[in-house]
Amino acid sequence: MDFISILSIFVLACCVGYYVVWSVTPALHTPLMAVTNAISSVIVVGALIAAAAAGVPGAKWLGLGAVVLASVNIFGGFAVTERMLAMYKKKDKPGAGKAGK
Amino acid sequence: MEAHAVNPWVAVAYLIAGVCFILALRGLSSPATSRSGNRYGMIGMTIAVLTTLLTHVPVLGPPDPDLLVEIWVFDKVTIVEILAAIAIGAIIGLTTARRIAMTAMPQLVAAFHSLVGLAAVLVGLAAWLNPGAFGILDDAGQIFLPSRIEMSLGIAIGAITFSGSVIAFLKLNGNMSGAPILLPARHVINFGVLAAIIGLIGAYVLSDAGGPGEGLLIVWITLAAFAVGFLLIIPIGGADMPVVVSMLNSYSGWAAAAMGFTLHNTAMIITGALVGSSGAILSYIMCKAMNRSFISVIAGGFGADAGGAGEGGAKEQRPWKRGSAEDAAFLMKEAENVIIIPGYGMAVAQAQHALREMTDLLKEHGVNVKFAIHPVAGRMPGHMNVLLAEASVPYDEVFELEDINSEFAQADVAFIIGANDVVNPAAKTDKSSPIYGMPVFDVDKAKTIFFIKRSMGGQGYAGVDNDVFYMDQTMMLLSDAKKMVEEINKSLTD
Repeated sequence: MDFISILSIFVLACCVGYYVVWSVTPALHTPLMAVTNAISSVIVVGALIAAAAAGVPGAKWLGLGAVVLASVNIFGGFAVTERMLAMYKKKDKPGAGKAGK
Repeated sequence: MEAHAVNPWVAVAYLIAGVCFILALRGLSSPATSRSGNRYGMIGMTIAVLTTLLTHVPVLGPPDPDLLVEIWVFDKVTIVEILAAIAIGAIIGLTTARRIAMTAMPQLVAAFHSLVGLAAVLVGLAAWLNPGAFGILDDAGQIFLPSRIEMSLGIAIGAITFSGSVIAFLKLNGNMSGAPILLPARHVINFGVLAAIIGLIGAYVLSDAGGPGEGLLIVWITLAAFAVGFLLIIPIGGADMPVVVSMLNSYSGWAAAAMGFTLHNTAMIITGALVGSSGAILSYIMCKAMNRSFISVIAGGFGADAGGAGEGGAKEQRPWKRGSAEDAAFLMKEAENVIIIPGYGMAVAQAQHALREMTDLLKEHGVNVKFAIHPVAGRMPGHMNVLLAEASVPYDEVFELEDINSEFAQADVAFIIGANDVVNPAAKTDKSSPIYGMPVFDVDKAKTIFFIKRSMGGQGYAGVDNDVFYMDQTMMLLSDAKKMVEEINKSLTD
């Protein structure tokens, strides 16, 4: 891939990000931060490449270290997001609060 | 060029992973779709990891027949090491995610940001030491010029994210005072180090030492960037933390994007762009909710200067009324509409569960209870919503500032718990106030105001006095938030 194609993907993804994030309800901004945290650990791809490559032991160990860090984030980030989202519940009986008016 | 996805299916797989990440964020547009969104995120990550393992760890992919024996032996070790590394990370991550208290979410998120930052630094350094594996070496054995820019930028942003997040974590976790630490001439120092990083990156990109692990410029860039992250965050006070946490969120995304450029990896670029814009938008929302410019937040020192001025000014003794738990219980029981405004103080006192109980008791008396949340309440965006959700407050009883502000005129009681600056009318009237222009709740329009506060001495983070304390319809409930709400609950059940 040449630089311009990559740049196009990047710019378009920024635009998509802009519209998608504005549509996130403010009540879910904390889960948003947790899940963006988890997905930014896709950097694990680079870590895996470094860890799997033969030849330079220093690079391999740096890669393995990065795999550990990114994995903490992937598992921790998705799990904590899941835990938070499970807590958001609607009213059991709609209108129960107004019933006694 | 092995890293540059020769196989079109590999490119498609990374693209699908990227789309899954977009759907993950899209799901968060409503709590009803949010959990399926999170699943998409997990699927995307699984696709990205499996694709990389299949294409880059030969023991899983088609082995090279000429080197079969050698690679077989070597890579068996590698795959075991990689799986062990993932397992270690998984155990730490899952244990933390399960144990963490919801009130500690801001520091957890800051800690997670620091890990992304450090991972980006490690990957960048690995790419520098072994550029061949990343497919960024030219025929002359030098790292491609654009790759050098992307790599060093990725390392620099990652390092800033790391050290900045560590400081943010220490401040949020209380290991370090939340008060701003102001170095003399800090702006000069910050700009100097930033300029030095840009200069070093330029020098590295143009230098002859472009081979694997050549020259020490990359190391200097890393160290200088660590210093910038540290220097940037120490002068920022506790109340500005929502902006800082969002900003670091954004940085972690840009670091991932920069590494994606180096690796020509679509999944990383899409994710980096998403996370980067997400953090940037959140920072913008937070700044707007405080009516402060991003620059002034980053310049830091908020709270320290204003606090100093407050102490110096002659404080007049103004009359205020003290209320009791019984007063609050009685008046709220008789009320038709009650609006509760929670703030960081509620989180500190862990009063959310007692508060939920109070709303249940009030509902039994036929009272219409709503929660009103300011965008900057708490230490990160949406912090209060999570705490209320944890206490099983239904999310359709929780409202944002602009949706509920017109309802205070019809409210019989405004119940303020642990909030202060977000209800200060000075933001609307007093042009000299440091919070002037910040959108605030019109609590003064409510018939009665109950204001839970530890004591009359302490003020909000902005260090400004609040006229609401002294209003005719205000009753101050001076106590620990949780204790006070529990006492109110007792009177409500009697």
